[in-house]
Amino acid sequence: MTFSPDKLNKVNELIGHYPEGKQKSAILPVLHLAQEEFGGWLDVSTMDYVASLLKIQPIEVYEVATFYSMYNMKPVGKYVFEVCQTGPCMINGSDDIIKYIQQKLNIKIGETTADGLFTLKVVECLGACGYAPMMQLGKTYREHLTKEKVDAIIEECVKNAAANN
Amino acid sequence: MSKKLLLDKINVEGIKTFEVYRREGGYKSVKKALQMKPGDIVEEVKKSGLRGRGGAGFPTGMKWSFLAKPEGIARYLVCNADESEPGTFKDRYLMEFIPHLLIEGMIVSSFALGSNVSYIYIRGEYDWITDILQTAIDEAKQNGFLGKNILGSGFDCELYLHRGAGAYICGEETALLESLEGKRGLPRIKPPFPAVKGVWGCPTVVNNVETIAAIVPIINDGGEAYSKIGVGKSTGTKLISACGNINKQGVYEIDMTLSVEEFIYSDEYCGGIANGKRLKACIPGGSSVPILPANLLLKTAKGETRLMNYESLSDGGFATGSMMGSGGFIVLDEDQCVVRNTLTLARFYHHESCGQCSPCREGSGWMEKILHKIEYGKGEMKDIDLLWDIQRKIEGNTICPLGDAAAWPVAAAIRHFRDEFEWHILNPEECLKRNYGLAHYADAIENSVIS
Repeated sequence: MTFSPDKLNKVNELIGHYPEGKQKSAILPVLHLAQEEFGGWLDVSTMDYVASLLKIQPIEVYEVATFYSMYNMKPVGKYVFEVCQTGPCMINGSDDIIKYIQQKLNIKIGETTADGLFTLKVVECLGACGYAPMMQLGKTYREHLTKEKVDAIIEECVKNAAANN
Repeated sequence: MSKKLLLDKINVEGIKTFEVYRREGGYKSVKKALQMKPGDIVEEVKKSGLRGRGGAGFPTGMKWSFLAKPEGIARYLVCNADESEPGTFKDRYLMEFIPHLLIEGMIVSSFALGSNVSYIYIRGEYDWITDILQTAIDEAKQNGFLGKNILGSGFDCELYLHRGAGAYICGEETALLESLEGKRGLPRIKPPFPAVKGVWGCPTVVNNVETIAAIVPIINDGGEAYSKIGVGKSTGTKLISACGNINKQGVYEIDMTLSVEEFIYSDEYCGGIANGKRLKACIPGGSSVPILPANLLLKTAKGETRLMNYESLSDGGFATGSMMGSGGFIVLDEDQCVVRNTLTLARFYHHESCGQCSPCREGSGWMEKILHKIEYGKGEMKDIDLLWDIQRKIEGNTICPLGDAAAWPVAAAIRHFRDEFEWHILNPEECLKRNYGLAHYADAIENSVIS
């Protein structure tokens, strides 16, 4: 596995943000890039590759990757619903939204649908308390969730997936 | 309408772009600052009385003056944009809708501190905001406000974004620096303080987004003018992110002479409790600060009107007061369950504990388990005292304040809502079907003046 020349340039640019010899600092952004490029999660070979790019020991990558919640340590679906369940979202009905998604997709928290399209995760506060209940989907937030909105989001994902195939 | 220093231009069409921001008077403070001596800028910030807006409220000017300046060693300014205290979403609002204000503040602050390479550490989930900030940085650079020899002053400054990856603990400044070094976010033992030994062993200042943004009006209008806004040691304006059961959730810039009552009930701010319900309780400064029942929220124990500022919100200590914290204002209406709310917060702190110190690592999980038991009708009376005992043994016994942050919400919930915990335990079946509600607190609330 290797990054495309384009992405390798990006990696070098990221390393350049930090002082000489401190290339380890680029580990978080490079892992983000690797997760995006190599299937949405970090397997051992991906982490080893990142270690080689940053000229550090593989263990230094493993210990970081397993600490931060945004790195997936096992395969996930094409669309990952990360629904916030902390206080302010709970007050605004996140429990019902989580239940509804489970029923709708027929999966439990942490599971992926059989077709590999959807994964449901519950997460802690994402800083959208005034727009609760909410979830992260890819790069952006989906806020003020209702059952109808959840239906529409699922439909949108199914359509996008079909269009990309 | 109170004076706005940070958000006055936020609704101007196109303010996200350099062109409009500049036309509206943006980047003026950079020109002014570059003609000043760095030490004089620090003095202005001291004069302003500005206190750190991330939660701790430490005087910013003083923090800046602690920065060590050894010959030949780089100094760094790092902006803490790892906003993740539940109830807090003010920095996000500022960065998303008026990104150049933060960039402008970063340039001035970098010059004041002598930082030629500065960083904004932004929480990983704010992915699209990272793009917005990157565009703003690129525009500033193209226009000569970043990079080499800024506006011909001889001052060089590069500004980089560093995206986190999901860890509340990285909002703690030494954990943030560890993370910036490419490690797990484990807080460091202080001393040495970052001002002496920060990122890569170099002197470093870490400031919150709102703090850095406030530097802009302080330089434009002078520290003294800033210090005249507000009251006592709560100078300037404060961003409050209001959420929960209110009519108008959102981010408000307030003058700190405002009363809590006006903030909740006035149409200019929260617009009252949603769905015509009554106020039960509020966590006024982000999830870690003590929850207060309505009567103690609106008035202090001495019967004085409580104001939205550092001193007034903490009046009465933890016995009858709370804290300004990060300005995350969480309102609970009469139907909300304090036990369930406390459970979600305990789960949050358990999830976010870095695991270094056993009181926090073990204690936060233990508290979550007990609260879970009580919420789901399996609690025993002795559990309440056990919870109290655990939180007491976490507080003050950890390297960083996450231990305190985990302990305080539990302590305050028991202190003010003990009967609600007892009701859960005495009514194990009923508590699964309905929330305790307001019966007990209603009198106290009726007696307090609600306009």
